[in-house]
Amino acid sequence: MRITRSPILTLSDLEPGDRVRIETIDTADPAVQRLMVLGLVEGAELTFLRSSLGGDPLEFRIYGASISLRRAQARRFQVIPSVVVVNGNPG
Amino acid sequence: MATRVETAVSVDTLTVHRRAAGTVAVVGNPNAGKSSVFNRLTGLRQSTANYPGVTVERRIGRGIFGKTSLDLIDLPGTYSLSPTSADERIAVDVLFGRVMGTPKPGALLAVIDATRLYQGLYLLQQLVELRLPMIVALTMTDAAQRQGLRIDYDALQEALGGVPVYPIVATTGRGFPALKDALGRLLETPPPRPVEHWAELKVAAERLAERWRVGGMDLHPVEVERLLIDPGAYTAATQLQDDLAAERKQLFGDAPPLAVEARRRYAWVRVTLARVETPGSLVASRGAALLEWINRPWPATVLFVLSMALVFQAVFAWAKALADAIGAAITGFGAWVGTLLPDGAVNSFVVDGAIAGVGSVIVFLPQILILFLFIIVMEDTGYLARAAFLVDRAMRSVGLSGQSVIPLLSSFACAVPAIMATRVIPNRRDRIATILAAPFMTCSARLPVYALLIGAFVPVRNVGIFNLQGLVLFGLYVIGILGGVGTALLLRRSALRGENPTFILALPEFRMPNVQTVAIKLLDRVRCS
Repeated sequence: MRITRSPILTLSDLEPGDRVRIETIDTADPAVQRLMVLGLVEGAELTFLRSSLGGDPLEFRIYGASISLRRAQARRFQVIPSVVVVNGNPG
Repeated sequence: MATRVETAVSVDTLTVHRRAAGTVAVVGNPNAGKSSVFNRLTGLRQSTANYPGVTVERRIGRGIFGKTSLDLIDLPGTYSLSPTSADERIAVDVLFGRVMGTPKPGALLAVIDATRLYQGLYLLQQLVELRLPMIVALTMTDAAQRQGLRIDYDALQEALGGVPVYPIVATTGRGFPALKDALGRLLETPPPRPVEHWAELKVAAERLAERWRVGGMDLHPVEVERLLIDPGAYTAATQLQDDLAAERKQLFGDAPPLAVEARRRYAWVRVTLARVETPGSLVASRGAALLEWINRPWPATVLFVLSMALVFQAVFAWAKALADAIGAAITGFGAWVGTLLPDGAVNSFVVDGAIAGVGSVIVFLPQILILFLFIIVMEDTGYLARAAFLVDRAMRSVGLSGQSVIPLLSSFACAVPAIMATRVIPNRRDRIATILAAPFMTCSARLPVYALLIGAFVPVRNVGIFNLQGLVLFGLYVIGILGGVGTALLLRRSALRGENPTFILALPEFRMPNVQTVAIKLLDRVRCS
């Protein structure tokens, strides 16, 4: 049994190229709500592209669009690694 | 085809002062090619002004489609009907007919990027609910094709309650004949069928609209929906606030209404997207790999510094050759006019006064034009947004965000368009700090004065490898930048103290600049300076 519990993964903890699905969102911050209007909602899949000079802000690709946000907001999005679907439906 | 263009021109000269058959709002996501579509449909028959009370440009143009002439309003780009910045607010206000002096649009032309249908569908879903005659121009269909995306236009039309969809390519004009035909018939097009997405909200909004109508207030149910969901975005009378708060509690409980709306609408968007779009197998081209590489922090920084150096090099060195040529031409012209006129006061007035005076202003035109050209091209290609992403961290240390970089760079050309460019900054404090810092940047109109004073007071001498005059000019620019940064810092620590600004920016794909868009913007801005 592993003693270290796997930490909660957020949009702020990814490596370039990681593909994830948004699980839960802490919606209190109005900036987070704005990101939700741009499509960062539960169930949406994103790819982390890169971080900027100095590690912040971050750039993600979401269904063909590129969007950048700061780590402060990225931490509000809990994610899980996305299942790569070869054939058929996800989940 | 050629004859048709000719008729359009002659009809245009006849009808230019006549009333248009109706007003059509051109609405869409930022960077979807909305302005290119607008320019292509109206040509130079457009006028630019400001909306009352805000520094947001209002562009209205007359388009002639067959026998129908329509007034097109190019609205600022928006992702939704929930405004977060000054220009998004204007877009929404115009749609609801709340802007004095701007007619309420009777129909909609939605301009949506085919490669970003996910975000486009969100806005489309909201627009369809306005129940106005509407068509969709799907842009960037060439890019979608290259990415291997397949879009079922009929399925899309069906999902949008029957709104006709026209695939176009704004840069080449492909698909425009069909789009123009559709615009000619737009006012007779039946409004979209209601697409039932969210019955509870609709019922609540209609109930409130009905209650308020009795009290003498006539609001579109969608307007009431916005009042329910975007509490901070609009001001409503306190009496209405009570009604709204009660309904809000019923509909959303304690959850933020906007978050609830986003979840619901994107659930529909994902279902619709799966039905309408077949994702392609993305084959990365060599160009894409190169773009990917130069987007990395360090290559991007080097590129940024190099491009800034190139801009200043162009403004100070290359423009000089042009300016010298113009100067010589003006001197020659003055000398020639001097020989025609008899010696005396009149001769001196015309040659030394009028010609030399106007000439000394015209000489600086190349510098100003080149500077504007660079900034407009950087904006049009999407590079300015990349620059904002790159320097956000650094800008944060002076209390601003990366979004301030666009206006601050523009203000090297002219502070007026720079201040207009701040309209995309959502946070008000951040915006005001940027507006107050922008005029410290040395604008192009100040350049002649600096050049004159340096020429008069600084000796031509070399300091190491540098020329002393050039160093002094560089120093003046640095002082300007420091003044702006200092102002921003001071303000953010005193009058404009507040939470750190956020940085949320959609990064457009890099694209080749559109000659027509660049030319129209350049004309616009030269007029302003």
